[in-house]
Amino acid sequence: MSTSAANPGLRAQPRDDGSRPAPAVSDVRLERVTKRFDDVVAVDDLSLEIEHGSFFALLGPSGCGKTTTLRMIGGFEEPTAGTIFLGEQDVTGLPPYKRDVNTVFQSYALFPHLSIFENVAFGLRRRGAPRGEIGRRVGEALELVALGGLEKRKPRQLSGGQQQRVALARALVNRPRVLLLDEPLGALDLKLRKQMQLELKGIQNEVAVTFVHVTHDQEEAMTMADRIAVMNEGRVEQLGSPSELYERPRTAFVAGFLGVSNLLPGTVSGDAAVRLDGGGEVRVTPDALAGRTGRVALGIRPEKIRLGGDEANVLEGVVEERSYIGVATQYIVATPAGLVTVYSQNSEPSAAAAAVGSRMSLNWPPEATFVVDTTQEVPK
Amino acid sequence: MTVAAERLPLSGRSRSGARLVARIRHHALTAAALAALVFLLLPIAVVIAFSFNDPAGRFNFTWERFTLDNWANPFGFPDLQGSVVLSLEIAALSSLVATALGTLIALALARHRFRGRAATNLLIFLPMAAPEIVMGSSLLALFLNYSVPLGFTTILIAHIMFNISFVVVTVRARLAGQDMHLEEAAMDLFASPWATFLRVTLPLIAPGILAGGLLAFALSVDDFVITYLVSGSDQTFPLFVWGAARVAVPPQINVIGTIIFVAAVALMVANVLWQLRRTPKGAQ
Ligand SMILES: Nc1ncnc2c1ncn2[C@@H]1O[C@H](COP(=O)(O)OP(=O)(O)O)[C@@H](O)[C@H]1O
Ligand SMILES: [Mg+2]
Repeated sequence: MSTSAANPGLRAQPRDDGSRPAPAVSDVRLERVTKRFDDVVAVDDLSLEIEHGSFFALLGPSGCGKTTTLRMIGGFEEPTAGTIFLGEQDVTGLPPYKRDVNTVFQSYALFPHLSIFENVAFGLRRRGAPRGEIGRRVGEALELVALGGLEKRKPRQLSGGQQQRVALARALVNRPRVLLLDEPLGALDLKLRKQMQLELKGIQNEVAVTFVHVTHDQEEAMTMADRIAVMNEGRVEQLGSPSELYERPRTAFVAGFLGVSNLLPGTVSGDAAVRLDGGGEVRVTPDALAGRTGRVALGIRPEKIRLGGDEANVLEGVVEERSYIGVATQYIVATPAGLVTVYSQNSEPSAAAAAVGSRMSLNWPPEATFVVDTTQEVPK
Repeated sequence: MTVAAERLPLSGRSRSGARLVARIRHHALTAAALAALVFLLLPIAVVIAFSFNDPAGRFNFTWERFTLDNWANPFGFPDLQGSVVLSLEIAALSSLVATALGTLIALALARHRFRGRAATNLLIFLPMAAPEIVMGSSLLALFLNYSVPLGFTTILIAHIMFNISFVVVTVRARLAGQDMHLEEAAMDLFASPWATFLRVTLPLIAPGILAGGLLAFALSVDDFVITYLVSGSDQTFPLFVWGAARVAVPPQINVIGTIIFVAAVALMVANVLWQLRRTPKGAQ
């Protein structure tokens, strides 16, 4: 990616509040926003704040309302209820062309009848930028996405990856307050997608524009975003940094959506302990418990469990299945509390020993444990 | 193949027989296609050829001798010029109005949800599906009921009516193949609805509009049944030909027919060339 000094115009400086410490006002704020399509509730009483300069991901399964949320920020859908702020301005009733945001559409939506140059210049022209400035800024934007020299081509003469970059340049050239991206990498093949994830992240660092990125791919969200809102059925289940969401998921849905986890049912038996249904007490940290009482589900990530050792929590079991997955070996272990999945790093010599049917002692520290309300992903 | 043939010389004949059958099959298709083309084009060729004929009587039905007189004097027959002019006026006006209205209807049907959309979608096909004789006589009854004098206005109204459907169908087909997000992208890039229409929607559906307009023009020049019913004493070119045929078929009719045919083909070719130019080389 071009990180040369050729494009100072798109760099971090242009926004006057860019270099100051965290501004008091967030770039995007949704207040109790609901969107109904006939009888479908696409977005359900959703409140959200997106900080200036952050790379924010809306993550969730298909149909959970991510696109609808994004389209309401862009102005393509009107909320049924609630208010949308860009900075301090209430933009709820404003049409898209009066909002200081730009969008990278999943289908790219490049204008097929216009050259690459005219595609990128489109927004500047509509705003009446002077000719010289248009030429300079379009050049800079195309440099930024490493597409210099293709100005005269038509969109259909470019590859999918190149079209994606044009769509990005066409949006960024306007220096919007917020850039909206709806599954921008969805149409690319895996290798290109991985590469573009890193490039997008690099570009975002360089231009310091707030990115709101919609994806259903948890790995993509974790790789790119500073903050992730995990959405489910039109609501935000949990909002946090990738590591917070992974280490301390608050619901079974979040735990299951971001990676693999073991959820074992139990009952709170102290201010830092849970008694498993299958017998045995597990020590947790008080903040993981977060004041819960009664029935809960205990969560442990498969890679946090060690085979043997002297950690506070121990669960005995019998190996039911073993599969080799390269960097690790995966065991399914039958314990009194239920089936537990364990990843054992293949660098550890102890891993070689455990055969199917052999006994195993699973060890993990209290800090590696999280607690959610129930093992059910969708509480009814 | 050759190796096998050397080893088994006896089977050579049956194999070449099979090859012959394959060749016949292959060329049978070409031959059938050629025959169909000839069938389609022969009448037109005859019309063109007879425009250079110098007929003995009033009926231009048998070949006598070659002449350029008809072409030098295409309107050398009473009332012929007036009918051609009327046909062109009606065609130009009706296709213009029908193209404008039809494009707007197509946009509404493709881009907006409104009450009666399904009904409009269905009704728009009616003028295309209903027999012309029914359309024409209903219109005539309507005009008579409201005592509208028959003539230029009624012909124009009738032509606009049946042309609209064709324009709607052509333009809507073009709109259907277009990414809805393009218009959203334009608005996202600060284009007002009007600017979006001018800079994105219109250029993209222009080929559809042009095709619809040309189709409407051609249909209007060509129409007989409906025009006959609502024209009163005015005569368009087809009405003139039909009326004249009872007493004479002058070669000038062939001249005008040839001109119309050549003009239509030229417009078609121009349209195709324009399309090709809009599609840049190396397009996937
Ligand atoms: N224009 C629309 N009309 C009717 N229903 C819609 C429309 N757009 C979205 N929906 C519905 O709203 C829900 C959320 O959709 P969407 O926001 O596209 O989800 P996501 O982007 O997370 O996959 C879905 O049930 C979808 O069917
Ligand atoms: Mg979506």
